[in-house]
Amino acid sequence: MLNIKNLEATIDSKHILKGLNLDIKPGEVHAIMGPNGSGKSTLANVLSGKNGYEIKGKIQFNRENINELSTEERAQKGIFLAFQYPLEIPGVNTNIFLKTSLNAIRKAKGEKELDTLTFLKLIKEKANELGIDEKFLSRQLNVGFSGGEKKKNEILQMKLLEPKLSILDETDSGLDIDALRIVADGVNSYKNKNNAFLIITHYQRLLDYIKPDFIHVLSNGKIIKTGDASLGVQLEKTGYIGLG
Amino acid sequence: MKTEDLKNTQDYKYGFTTDIENIRAPKGLNDNTIKFISNIKKEPNWMLEWRLKAYNRLKVLKEPNWQKPKYPKINYQDLYYYSAPKSASEKPKSLEEIDPKILETYKKLGIPLVEQKRLNGIAVDAVFDSVSVATTFKDELTKQGIIFCSISEAIQKHPELVKKYLGSVIPLSDHYFATLNSAVFTDGSFVYIPPKTKCPMELSTYFRINASETGQFERTLIIADKGSYVSYLEGCTAPMRDENQLHAANVELIALDDAEIKYSTVQNWYPGDEKGVGGIYNFVTKRGACRGKNSKISWTQVETGSAITWKYPSCILQGDNSVGEFYSIAITNNFQKADTGTKMIHLGKNTKSKIISKGISAGNADNMYRGLVDIKNKATNSRNYTQCDSLLMGNKCGAHTVPYIKNSNATSTIEHEATTTKINEEQLYYCNQRGLDQEEAVSLIVNGFCKEVLQQLPMEFAVEAQKLVAISLEGSVG
Repeated sequence: MLNIKNLEATIDSKHILKGLNLDIKPGEVHAIMGPNGSGKSTLANVLSGKNGYEIKGKIQFNRENINELSTEERAQKGIFLAFQYPLEIPGVNTNIFLKTSLNAIRKAKGEKELDTLTFLKLIKEKANELGIDEKFLSRQLNVGFSGGEKKKNEILQMKLLEPKLSILDETDSGLDIDALRIVADGVNSYKNKNNAFLIITHYQRLLDYIKPDFIHVLSNGKIIKTGDASLGVQLEKTGYIGLG
Repeated sequence: MKTEDLKNTQDYKYGFTTDIENIRAPKGLNDNTIKFISNIKKEPNWMLEWRLKAYNRLKVLKEPNWQKPKYPKINYQDLYYYSAPKSASEKPKSLEEIDPKILETYKKLGIPLVEQKRLNGIAVDAVFDSVSVATTFKDELTKQGIIFCSISEAIQKHPELVKKYLGSVIPLSDHYFATLNSAVFTDGSFVYIPPKTKCPMELSTYFRINASETGQFERTLIIADKGSYVSYLEGCTAPMRDENQLHAANVELIALDDAEIKYSTVQNWYPGDEKGVGGIYNFVTKRGACRGKNSKISWTQVETGSAITWKYPSCILQGDNSVGEFYSIAITNNFQKADTGTKMIHLGKNTKSKIISKGISAGNADNMYRGLVDIKNKATNSRNYTQCDSLLMGNKCGAHTVPYIKNSNATSTIEHEATTTKINEEQLYYCNQRGLDQEEAVSLIVNGFCKEVLQQLPMEFAVEAQKLVAISLEGSVG
């Protein structure tokens, strides 16, 4: 699904990713761990097509080279990024934002846009699955939301938009145990053999709930070690320095 | 349509002209022009005298020059003060008598008058250059004693009301442009709502400048008698021309005891091209008097057009417990300039005013909120709340807030909040990541920014206004 070869990224003359390789197949869950400043969030930004990076190397998504595609084109093709710090948009009702987003993606796929009633039915269903209070949907997007509510909202959007590849950028940071479980349940209930996840995290904690197929350690812009789920447990004990 | 010499027609979809034969007053401003206007409108003598009095006053007034957007000197002798489609010189009695070309124009503008007759809801008075061509729903309104007609017709048929109220809020000698309007106003709407009557439908006027080298000077007078209610909406468009055209309207509102007037404007005059050539000078005087106790006047404006917008819809809160509101969205793009806001003059006890202003500036544009809140010493226990928010797009535009605040009463309070923000790249990225393209993202964020004002518009127009907000800013980001 996703093939990254020799990816390099530079921003403001800072060389951050220095030749990164990664292959993700449908049905797989990959976790990326690594110390602060190793390039984890840069990887998420670069994959989603954020402006401002100078890119070398190849990013293929479903065999298509996506280096030149805009953020929205990548989103329309099924790449979703759950933000580490979801943005507040004052005055915009959460429901309206979600409907606009869903219909933009449906339109790009050549599917019929949903009318308001059908949409509301669908979003209520998804919110209930995640145990999210419906009142939350009529509030302004992320305005005055707690950290946990913002992250839950990201997972709700993921479930609604049904992406092929979901990238979670430190979605677990700042969550209490209950919120963490909601996020994990959201991922687990959405996971199937046709979609894939790239989970960026600092802690083993989230990986206790979402079992990864692979764990990669990112350090200084490169993946320096790849292992199975047990690598996370090992890292928790020894830290990154232990990888020597 | 003469569009071949006008590029970028798609940017301003109302930029077409209609070829129809016009009757014009001779060029220039003098006693004869004023007599010509008064004569062609078959006005009574008192009206002509009133106009001439204004014109004499005008001779000693100076054009103001304190505003931020400056403009080249206007040669008032080089303008036409009256232009009317020939076919309308005898005012049509029914829609069937209107020149089909004019009807076609209104259809292009999205105001099918013929269909309006059949559809419920909105009564429309359409002003084409200098004359009012059609007023729909007149019969239904007449049954309730509501008068909704052109000001010219009101001068002839309801002289007692016009004499009593015309110039009672904006006096003859007010300021240069208002006085100019008093001398040469051509047409506009007149509304009278009798006591204890709730006007059953939105009243609406559509203004269009069609002829070139023509100034438009419409005059609107709305009177809400005791315990009545009316909601009124005006819309404006003009063809694309490379000259600047002057639009100097006067609008007077009078609310008596327990009456309420809601006045909404969607102003989309031609803004000029991307380089700032052409466009309308929108220099308008709008003022409402809350004359009776418990009366209320609420102004809502969505200003997206014009090369220069210069206006301060105001409320004079005379009656005790009266309420004034001002909700404004002013969008300036390319080389547009706006200097707009409101004046809230508190005279009565327990008077309240609220000002919500949203200024959006993009391209090389400059946007100024200027407002006065003046609580006089007899206005005990009065309150004002002002919120001015500015949104900047790009780094060549400007936003300014100049509040004038006077409080002469210790029991009264004034609150003022102001924010200036730049459209946030991260917000745009977030929207893009959810599949929205740049235009959709900007539209969403800007409409969110303006929400408190858009909510004030009558529902039928809110959707249109939202689209207009998005269109006005197209191409301003990324």
